[in-house]
Amino acid sequence: MNWYGCWTLYTRETRRFLNVNMQTIVAPALTAIMYLIVFRYAMGDREVPGMDVAYFDFLIPGLVMMAMLQNAFANTSSSIMVGKLMNVQIFLMMAPLSALEVTIAFLAAAVTRAVIVAIVLLLVLAPFTNVHIEHLWMILFYGIAGSIIMGGLGLIGGMWSKTFDDMALLNNFIIMPLTFLSGVFYSVKQLPEVWQTMNHFNPFFYLIDGFRHGFLNVGDTNPSQAIIVVSIATLSTIFACWYLWHTGWKLKE
Amino acid sequence: MSYALEVKQLTKTYRNGKQALQGVDLSVPEGSFFALLGPNGAGKSSLINILADTVKPTSGHVTFLGHDLFRERRWCKQHLGVVPQEIAFDPFFNPRDILKIMSGMFGFKPDLKWIDELLERLELSEHAHKNARQLSGGMRRRLLVAQALVHKPKVVILDEPTAGVDVELRKRLWDFMRELNTNGTTILLTTHYLEEAEELCDHVAIIDQGKRLTSQSMKGLLDSVGSSALVLQYAKPMSQQALLTLAQFSPRIDGDKILLCLKKDHSGKNNFNAVYQTAIQVLGEAKSVRIQNEDLEDVFLRITNEKKT
Repeated sequence: MNWYGCWTLYTRETRRFLNVNMQTIVAPALTAIMYLIVFRYAMGDREVPGMDVAYFDFLIPGLVMMAMLQNAFANTSSSIMVGKLMNVQIFLMMAPLSALEVTIAFLAAAVTRAVIVAIVLLLVLAPFTNVHIEHLWMILFYGIAGSIIMGGLGLIGGMWSKTFDDMALLNNFIIMPLTFLSGVFYSVKQLPEVWQTMNHFNPFFYLIDGFRHGFLNVGDTNPSQAIIVVSIATLSTIFACWYLWHTGWKLKE
Repeated sequence: MSYALEVKQLTKTYRNGKQALQGVDLSVPEGSFFALLGPNGAGKSSLINILADTVKPTSGHVTFLGHDLFRERRWCKQHLGVVPQEIAFDPFFNPRDILKIMSGMFGFKPDLKWIDELLERLELSEHAHKNARQLSGGMRRRLLVAQALVHKPKVVILDEPTAGVDVELRKRLWDFMRELNTNGTTILLTTHYLEEAEELCDHVAIIDQGKRLTSQSMKGLLDSVGSSALVLQYAKPMSQQALLTLAQFSPRIDGDKILLCLKKDHSGKNNFNAVYQTAIQVLGEAKSVRIQNEDLEDVFLRITNEKKT
């Protein structure tokens, strides 16, 4: 293993987003805060139906998780896209880095960005809410697994996209619906039954629900089922990234 | 002789059906300064991109410093530096950071003294802390050279490194390359400036249409393919019929001039009389007559033209 090379690539990927932290950390934090302000005034002290939780508190973990997922996706996808358009990808291909090392470095950087965004958001929101950590392991497990999955999808999406239009397509028609419709803003119990069943095939639903469970100690899913689904989704994503990079999919003719 | 690179029967067919390489053989002696020449679309870049691992080969073998390039990629990559033809730069970092990152990705802790020296030699020291986006085209190209050298590779491949670099800097770049070569680095170069190749390189290979046409020492090539040519200038255009009649002298047309190859016999006398007599019989009296010593450019054009006709 070229661990030093892998570490260097990881630091490059983290420095890349830290260099433009207004875009990558401050902006997502601001977006989430605006959501909360709007919902705070729209919903008041209303509670989530069927749960003994204020809607506002219910919303916070969901928004934090959504910010994590979107930022993990943005980190890998934008890096690969810019790399392709600026032709910098060739340096990565010429370097003695195996597909595993590249995958580890990219995914670790995506997780790093997601975790930084989550911490910033939680610190900013802490004074306005009663939400506190109930099960740290759940927060870490679902937060990190979600970031790996989205970082991996970003890596694959970046490899697949030929232009920023392709990337926007992917983002608006697949990523956004999957994250929005998986229970960030509501409990799935509020949904029609068909949609509830369908949500059980959506890994993001388990991620957001599990992450929220870590804060609120209430959830819509069966915990062991959630852990299995999320673990399988995470490992499959890592494998897909490794495999596609290994074969040079869409990068190497 | 030991070889830095031994390419055997390398082929590449792109997905659109284009056969860029049709079984290329190439042997680059260790420690040589090697010119790889060919017209546009000859397959030079395909060959180099396969060596650099940015394009996958269709079939063939490559031995790199005694290691199988396709099986021992990691080892080979650590000892190979490639300057790509197209300008590429990381828009998030400055040249010094880019060099540190590049070194690290190759698995080596950045050697700061060497990085300073590279920046100095490639005249980037003043710009070492500017974002790569602020660099001019020539600076970006020099940065590419620095990136290829930062891990001190044993073999360096330069794919047209001087395009867009001004004369003064080009000369200094070549001085640097010559120095590396003297210190034992094997250098493989493609360039459109043939006089550059002639001056720098001790070995040369010419490829065209995905096939190797010749490969030998620079001196051997310049000696072997007619050392001089008879140049006849005419007022009227040349007929194809005339060209066929003169085929034995490997004719080549350049505007209103026709170039005919002069050969020396074993006593060292060239066949000027025979060529001249035959030519004016076929073409009539010429407006002007002169003898031109062939340089690499003429040899290059002759070899690539011969294969087409």
